Amino acid sequence: MNGTIALPGESKAAAARIGKWRLGDPLFKWLTLAMALVVVALIVIIGFVLFHWSALARHKFGWGFLVSSEWNPVEDRYGALPFIYGTLVSSFLALVIAVPLSLATALFLTELAPRWLRQPLTVLIELLAAVPSVILGLWGIFVMVPWLRMHLFPALRSAFGFLPLFKGPLYGVCMLAGGIIVAIMILPIITSVSREILRSVPNLQREAAYALGATRWEAIRVAVLSHARKGLFGAVILGLGRALGETMAVTMVIGNRPEIALSLFAPGYTMASVIANEFAEATTDVYLHALFEIGLVLLGVTLIVNALARILMNAMAGANVTRRA
Amino acid sequence: MTTATIEKSVPRKRLAINSPAITAPAASRLEALTPSDWALDVRDLSVYFGTNRVLKDVSLQVRNRSVTAIIGPSGCGKSTFLRAMNRMHDLVPEARVTGAVRLFGSSIYGPEADAVAVRRRVGMVFQKSNPFPTLSIVDNVKVGPRLGGVRQRSVLDERAERSLRLAALWDEVKDRLNAPAVSLSGGQQQRLCIARALAVEPEVLLMDEPASALDPIATARIEELILNLKKDLTIVIVTHNLQQAARISDYTAFFYLGELVEYDTTSKIFTGPARQKTEDYVTGRFG
Ligand SMILES: Nc1ncnc2c1ncn2[C@@H]1O[C@H](COP(=O)(O)OP(=O)(O)O)[C@@H](O)[C@H]1O
Ligand SMILES: [Mg+2]
Repeated sequence: MNGTIALPGESKAAAARIGKWRLGDPLFKWLTLAMALVVVALIVIIGFVLFHWSALARHKFGWGFLVSSEWNPVEDRYGALPFIYGTLVSSFLALVIAVPLSLATALFLTELAPRWLRQPLTVLIELLAAVPSVILGLWGIFVMVPWLRMHLFPALRSAFGFLPLFKGPLYGVCMLAGGIIVAIMILPIITSVSREILRSVPNLQREAAYALGATRWEAIRVAVLSHARKGLFGAVILGLGRALGETMAVTMVIGNRPEIALSLFAPGYTMASVIANEFAEATTDVYLHALFEIGLVLLGVTLIVNALARILMNAMAGANVTRRA
Repeated sequence: MTTATIEKSVPRKRLAINSPAITAPAASRLEALTPSDWALDVRDLSVYFGTNRVLKDVSLQVRNRSVTAIIGPSGCGKSTFLRAMNRMHDLVPEARVTGAVRLFGSSIYGPEADAVAVRRRVGMVFQKSNPFPTLSIVDNVKVGPRLGGVRQRSVLDERAERSLRLAALWDEVKDRLNAPAVSLSGGQQQRLCIARALAVEPEVLLMDEPASALDPIATARIEELILNLKKDLTIVIVTHNLQQAARISDYTAFFYLGELVEYDTTSKIFTGPARQKTEDYVTGRFG
């Protein structure tokens, strides 16, 4: 206002303050940009190192490395296909198991559970995330796998044995056990991210649905899930990223046999597991380079799967409005 | 006609002189009504949030096919009253409602009453427009009928068009029915919410300050459509805008500190209220 006359000292201080902010704003912008670039640079550097250290394997096997199922350290011939298969299948199984469970848990926590139960349950789920992978693996070997072999697997085989997926002998350690343990590992992250997403849905949206005569479930479907769809998809992608790279626990229960079997009861092997397991015993240079190349493939698969998921997510969100018309 | 006379009388402040504080029971003019005229019959309604009693023994009858305005300073329980009419308090764990509310004679809080069925008969429009952002304009309107089990496309389309026309939005959106609801302006979004509520074909429409976030032109359109709607249904509208209450309502209830201070025809409330408190409020002495 015109009525207030700034004292000389005051205006100088104000000017200094403004000056500092003028400087601070771009500084902050550049700093965050730099951080983002560092992350990108790290990925590029890691990719380059993997590329460099896999030279021998790449020259010896060419693109055939990706489609060969041979893993033969004695004759020094390697192929990545069983590991790619194992990683993709175990991650897919993990998602199939974990996504419905996580979403249901998150919905329960935000929409249905009585208030007093919400906080303790949330803490419990976050505790699950804090269990070290190797401990979960130990539990997997000594508790989960025997239980699966005695109870769940026979039941599955007798119910769905006509499908090739559920045929064959039961070893206990197998692709399905790996998928289950990865599901347990990614459950907390998907749940807690989904929970945050669901909590961010404005209450006014729920009330809009209820006021139209929606039941509780209808209100969740109409107001909450459709509003949160994109974010929930993001939570799933985050879980998928974890699943693809999960190493320790899955190594301990998946059986570690580089074979492609249709049956989920047969042992498998993942890219992360083979790297962790065989690094120390990689006696030849080609062997070592083959492991590095598997690392390169794992990085590539992770990036590709994430990119595909993101494209799918955007397509889904965009199609949303017109589809139901 | 009546609205015009009320409009003129609002700014007058002569009332203070010839009406001293009267403590006679409120709602005298409404006694002529018979129960069959009532859309809503509220008896001894109290609402508690935890131990905090926000609404205190409110009794009033809302006349069928009329506009009833709820006025009062903010925090006096207007929204709380309105939300008791369609059982929205059921969704708030710490809220508790006592007393009776009858909707065309049947109790909405009785043991046989179903909140979902009540909300289909008593629609609601909120202060802040809240269309479903992931749905298109027309799908927003169709949500209600769809929830009610209407599946036939022609019926849904017809219902959507009629509701959009009633909400005076059809001409503006008929060429882009499949555009996202959030692409509309604020006033249009609020009218879309009105259309969405109307598509359920409610008997009573509750409106909680539906125009408080809108500019004067958008507000005028909403007021106009409210006057049109009362031919077919009963409207209860909360407003902090006294001119608005005077312009559009037939009856006005004045709430203060959780109590119903006075309830009468709008012209009586604005030109010769029985209570000093009401007079102070409508003449702008507080609030
Ligand atoms: N969900 C709630 N929980 C606790 N207190 C509430 C809740 N909703 C409203 N109140 C309280 O009830 C009183 C009346 O609120 P409200 O009906 O919204 O007033 P108005 O609409 O007249 O401005 C306020 O004091 C408010 O703090
Ligand atoms: Mg209010």
